[in-house]
Amino acid sequence: MSENKKWHSLDLGLNKKKEASGACGCGKSQGSCNSQEEELSADEFYEAAINASIGDERQRDGFEQVFDVKMDRRTAFKKLTASLLIGAGAVSTSCSVVAGDDTKEKAQIDWEEQFKGNYKLMNDEEKQGTINRLMRSYELRTGKNISMTAENAEEDVLFGYAFNISKCQGYMDCVSACVEENNQDRNSQMQYIRIHEMKDGEGFKFDKADDNYYHEVPAEGHFYLGTQCFHCDNPPCVEVCPVQATWKEEDGLVVIDYDWCIGCRYCMAACPYDGRRFNWSKPEVPANEINKNQHYLGNRMRKKGVMEKCTFCVQRSRKGKNPACVDACPTGARIFGNLLDPNSTIRWVLENKKVFRLKEDLGTEPKFWYFMD
Amino acid sequence: MSQFKVLKSLVIDSLDTITKGSIKYHIWMGGLTLVMLIGMYCYFIQLDEGLSVTGMSDSVSWGLYISNFTFLVGVAAAAVMLVMPTYILKDIDFKQAVLIGEGLAVAALIMCLAFVVADMGGPSVLWHMIPGIGVFNFPNSMLTWDVIVLNVYLFINISIPFYILFRHYQGKEAMKKVYVPGAILSVFWAVAIHLVTAFLYQGLQARPFWNNALLGPRFLASAFAAGPALIILVLAVIRSFTAFRIEDRTIKKIALIVTVAAQINLIMLVSELFKEFYAPTHHSESAYYLFFGLHGKNALLPWIWTAIPLNVLATIMLTFGKLRNNLKVLYFCCFILFVAIWIEKGFGLIVPGFIPGPYGKIVEYLPTGIEIGVTLGIWALGAFVFTILAKTAIGIELGELRYKDKNSSAS
Repeated sequence: MSENKKWHSLDLGLNKKKEASGACGCGKSQGSCNSQEEELSADEFYEAAINASIGDERQRDGFEQVFDVKMDRRTAFKKLTASLLIGAGAVSTSCSVVAGDDTKEKAQIDWEEQFKGNYKLMNDEEKQGTINRLMRSYELRTGKNISMTAENAEEDVLFGYAFNISKCQGYMDCVSACVEENNQDRNSQMQYIRIHEMKDGEGFKFDKADDNYYHEVPAEGHFYLGTQCFHCDNPPCVEVCPVQATWKEEDGLVVIDYDWCIGCRYCMAACPYDGRRFNWSKPEVPANEINKNQHYLGNRMRKKGVMEKCTFCVQRSRKGKNPACVDACPTGARIFGNLLDPNSTIRWVLENKKVFRLKEDLGTEPKFWYFMD
Repeated sequence: MSQFKVLKSLVIDSLDTITKGSIKYHIWMGGLTLVMLIGMYCYFIQLDEGLSVTGMSDSVSWGLYISNFTFLVGVAAAAVMLVMPTYILKDIDFKQAVLIGEGLAVAALIMCLAFVVADMGGPSVLWHMIPGIGVFNFPNSMLTWDVIVLNVYLFINISIPFYILFRHYQGKEAMKKVYVPGAILSVFWAVAIHLVTAFLYQGLQARPFWNNALLGPRFLASAFAAGPALIILVLAVIRSFTAFRIEDRTIKKIALIVTVAAQINLIMLVSELFKEFYAPTHHSESAYYLFFGLHGKNALLPWIWTAIPLNVLATIMLTFGKLRNNLKVLYFCCFILFVAIWIEKGFGLIVPGFIPGPYGKIVEYLPTGIEIGVTLGIWALGAFVFTILAKTAIGIELGELRYKDKNSSAS
């Protein structure tokens, strides 16, 4: 393999020797399992712990700790906003006699949500803060509870997907499972997955395919092929976003911060795979159909005027489950797993089947492969 | 301190000028205000219900707004075609026209920004784009480049005429060494704004119709035809309604610029058509859809087959000196050229980029009434801004507006 690559290519670490990386259960977030930390003596450990917890503040005291704090513009702005908030909150609390506590709390949450930062740049504490606010806000508005999480990507995980064209019969169970799982707008019938019905013997003629059929399947003389967001390793949609509201996570998922998106739809124009959807009006899901197990980057409720897309069901996949479409498929055409785990099914498919991807010439390196039996 | 006093007096004087005028002027401004109000009402509906009130969809996700934005960037860039001969080539012919041209650029840029904001799904979180407070994805996203170049160009085009007028207002000559560097910068900047806007589309490997190397140069050629064409029309109006003197010589020189740009534009069109239709590939589908329709879907045919004949006719007529030098014919040519390029760059460029979709699906696009209302409102806003700027500038240039120093008049 040549070392000077002219374009981006997906690195699955297949050429690297890794020592049982996928099967590692030590749970360490830094350093490999065999790192030298185990050999630390008690004293060294104590020193390291102090360093990690208070760091350079150990040498400073009093005034310096409080006022001489290194702060970038973002933090400074945030602190200013926070102090403004406290001030505004105090004023409104003391002045208002009519508004109830709930109204005040709602207003407070709305204000903080409006001026929060980009999720991509938040630390875990801030992430927790925003999901707590969102859950509380939902409770205040509807009287019902939802559970929202903010799990980060795990080490040594890179999600990939394979689609067996021979097996798919076009039942579209994946489509409806996806809509239910991900709380998509019912009015506009938004769907992330499209199943293209193609004629046998004509090859992949997407322009002649039908992705909106209502007849009985499998139809005689046809085969089926599903598309959705391919979670490209070199995603053009991410490059073009002017505010970094969409990005590729460590585990390969291409995600959107719905609250940071400004709705310019540049990513939509940049996606060669029709992988993105826009909320043209306020998305609505009947109260009893809402999936209450949510992830901030996944199936939480969206608002009008923002982008959304398939996240390989981040709320499920980061808990070790399959995406809803994989579990719903009655034919077993859909395979999902960790590309970095040599024992995973997806790796078996990549190594033993003749796989291909769509529009490979564009250099987007999708992590979504097709194959046949 | 005295500068502030002058500024205050300038603002008061210009307010005075722009609120006084003939009955025709008042009807014009009143009409524009009405259209703006209707546009605001339409925009209010759009804010309330979402962009679903427009004709756009997941398939054609940019429409009339972005089309107009693209076209107006070109109009703004065209001011440079007047700046360059005047300040750099020292061709004094254009001096009167330059202030008008720069005023037009300011109005066009304001319209550009308004169109972009109108197209946003979340205008309330636009602050995410402000560097420092938000996250500015520079240099990866071409949109951030566009934001920078447009705003800087707006600044240049406000500050140069402002400086010149501010000096003239006090009865002083504008100092060349102050504004000429700015003028030279604006020449490069004008090319930049248009090239960067073209790159916005050109850089998308997902859309083969845009992803071709000719797009940027063709943007420039069509901009330098349509922009000065509009300037000629505006100068014609100003000439007949005000005492501001614009010589025939000036107009004829601008006409020459329009002609050359239109000719180059036509050559590029031929080159583009040859590439798409001589050896058609999958990537020619959009062009087929635009010019002939695909699978019975042909919403764009009336538009493009209006634009092409108008474009060819105008270019041919302008090519003949005899026709071009007849002002009545010239105005007609400029008008049809302007319309033709507006169609070509809007419906002829933005919309077919999305059709057929990534998997060959053909979903057509037609703007809705609300979309058209907002668009007209923004055009009215542009005309309104331009009228105010031009009326003040003309007042100062004619010497009607002059700073009266109270101290000196008392003594």
